[in-house]
Amino acid sequence: APALAEKMGLGRTALPEEVAAWDLDVAPDGTGLPVGSGDALVGEEVFAEACAICHGDFAEGVDNWPKLAGGADTLDHDDPLKTVGSYWPYLSTTWDYVNRSMPFGNAQSLTPDEVYAIVAYILYSNDLIEDDFVLSNETFLDVEMPNAGGFILDDRETSEAHFWKAEPCMADCKDTVEITMRAAVLDVTPDEEGAEEA
Amino acid sequence: MTMSFKGKPSRRAFLKGAAAAGGTLASASVAKAAGDPLITEVQEWASATGEGVDATPYGLPIEYESDVVRRNVEWLTADTISSINFTPIHALDGTITPQGCAFERHHSGAIELKKEDYRLMINGLVDQPLVFTYEDLERFPRENRVYFCECAANTGMEWAGAQLNGAQFTHGMIHNMEYSGISLRSLLEEAGLGAAGDLKDKWVYVEGADASSNGRSIPMEKALDDVLVAFKANGEALRKEHGYPVRLVVPGWEGNMWIKWLRRIEVTDQAIESREETSKYTDTLEDGTSRKWTWVMDAKSVVTSPSPQSPIKHGKGPLVITGLAWSGRGAITGVDVSVDGGKNWMPARLGAPGTDKALTRFYLDYNWQGEEMFLQARAKDSSGYVQPSKSELREVRGLNSIYHNNCIQTWWVKANGEAENVEVS
Repeated sequence: APALAEKMGLGRTALPEEVAAWDLDVAPDGTGLPVGSGDALVGEEVFAEACAICHGDFAEGVDNWPKLAGGADTLDHDDPLKTVGSYWPYLSTTWDYVNRSMPFGNAQSLTPDEVYAIVAYILYSNDLIEDDFVLSNETFLDVEMPNAGGFILDDRETSEAHFWKAEPCMADCKDTVEITMRAAVLDVTPDEEGAEEA
Repeated sequence: MTMSFKGKPSRRAFLKGAAAAGGTLASASVAKAAGDPLITEVQEWASATGEGVDATPYGLPIEYESDVVRRNVEWLTADTISSINFTPIHALDGTITPQGCAFERHHSGAIELKKEDYRLMINGLVDQPLVFTYEDLERFPRENRVYFCECAANTGMEWAGAQLNGAQFTHGMIHNMEYSGISLRSLLEEAGLGAAGDLKDKWVYVEGADASSNGRSIPMEKALDDVLVAFKANGEALRKEHGYPVRLVVPGWEGNMWIKWLRRIEVTDQAIESREETSKYTDTLEDGTSRKWTWVMDAKSVVTSPSPQSPIKHGKGPLVITGLAWSGRGAITGVDVSVDGGKNWMPARLGAPGTDKALTRFYLDYNWQGEEMFLQARAKDSSGYVQPSKSELREVRGLNSIYHNNCIQTWWVKANGEAENVEVS
């Protein structure tokens, strides 16, 4: 838009301490990681205190809360178990997400060393490191994530190219139509009284 | 998962409807004898007075519409703070979603953020990192656009089979609003993109002010194209639960990227690969590999009435079959409707011409003779894409994708007018 060719002169310069306070994201290559370290033994204590009530003592998950460990080699199964160990491609994401958004309800309350220790404990729970491995900003990229190669870019335009049809069928498109599944049989939809009570 | 629900809602809704229909019939028979008392007798509202203009400074729908509300499905998530609810699309018409019943999806709850406390930061590979107040944003040149916001998981519970009985539950993670705001491009240009160098390989990382942050990476090309930083929806300020005071609008792309309570935009030279684009919003295929960065929402449609929550109560004769169609790849160019499970199709009438990446209403004016129907709708968009059947999708993707289920929906309308969510061969 021509009106935007010149700057509006709105806003003010962000100060370094302001950027440091909000720019916490960590990229797969480790960009953004603060200096610090922790191991699984310390992590076990921090995890027990801050995380285990929902995620279980061994990161195996309580009730419907997310399981952080387990599920190795289940991704091609009927009901894959997707955890940090079985699914997540980058360790950076675990560090970044725990640091910014966990514990649930008390986010941004952990020190960098505590986050390193928790992440080490999650790795240990997934059998991905030994208990004497010290996770730090320097050893971070030494950890191999099992599913790092498990992702492909959105390929719908090629693998689903046949969905772009010149003219879809309009008449006599199939011989028979039989019911193969019914939602009423499963019967898991909340009823209207339930909504009014809630 | 815990399933604590009982009863069949469609049956219950149907019986409620039947009772209402019975009342109408009684009135009609009275009318034969002595005229309809609703006409022949002076009614209270035609004699006494109604409410004054000072009664309701900001109104809610009339009590008789109390069923047109957002609904929660308890067993879907571990708690209601990081969860989803559903727009009552079975009861709405037209295309604009009333904000008060437009679905919510939060990852750490709907936060309360005052305009006075609001700050937006732009940093990273920009010439000048900036901080804006809310008042600053209102001074940029403004745009108005209507777009749909569809959760990537809309219809996700239906991958393995027909599960939830109602269009609200199967297709209600969607809303469509008229947004007023400013282009993301104008903010990026204000900070200056000279420092970013070649923009082709650059990204913007966007995050919210809430505890979940919901950070996502957006390629620069999209950021400079049509992404809006919005502060009004359907004419008024955003609702708290929709990101007040400022949210991102990412036309045609999965709802997760529409960052609410937007607080920071960072220009980067790589995707951050945050939790919401690795653990979540990646789509696992049958062989165990997963697609990532499946941003666009493909063409999709659903018949909203008749449907399980909106059964036929009026008997045989004229029937309005209606629904919604939309595509993240462009405008809806047509919708076909089948009453026989996809054997034969009839072109529906669009309520208004389809517009780019927005909901489109369709109608098929039908003469129903009480026969069973397998109702389906099939959307077509301006890119030439035709909405696929569920079996066509499963052939490519298997059953474990969770997200991006845009398959053709079937409602089994029975002779008594009840409708049920089914799959057909």
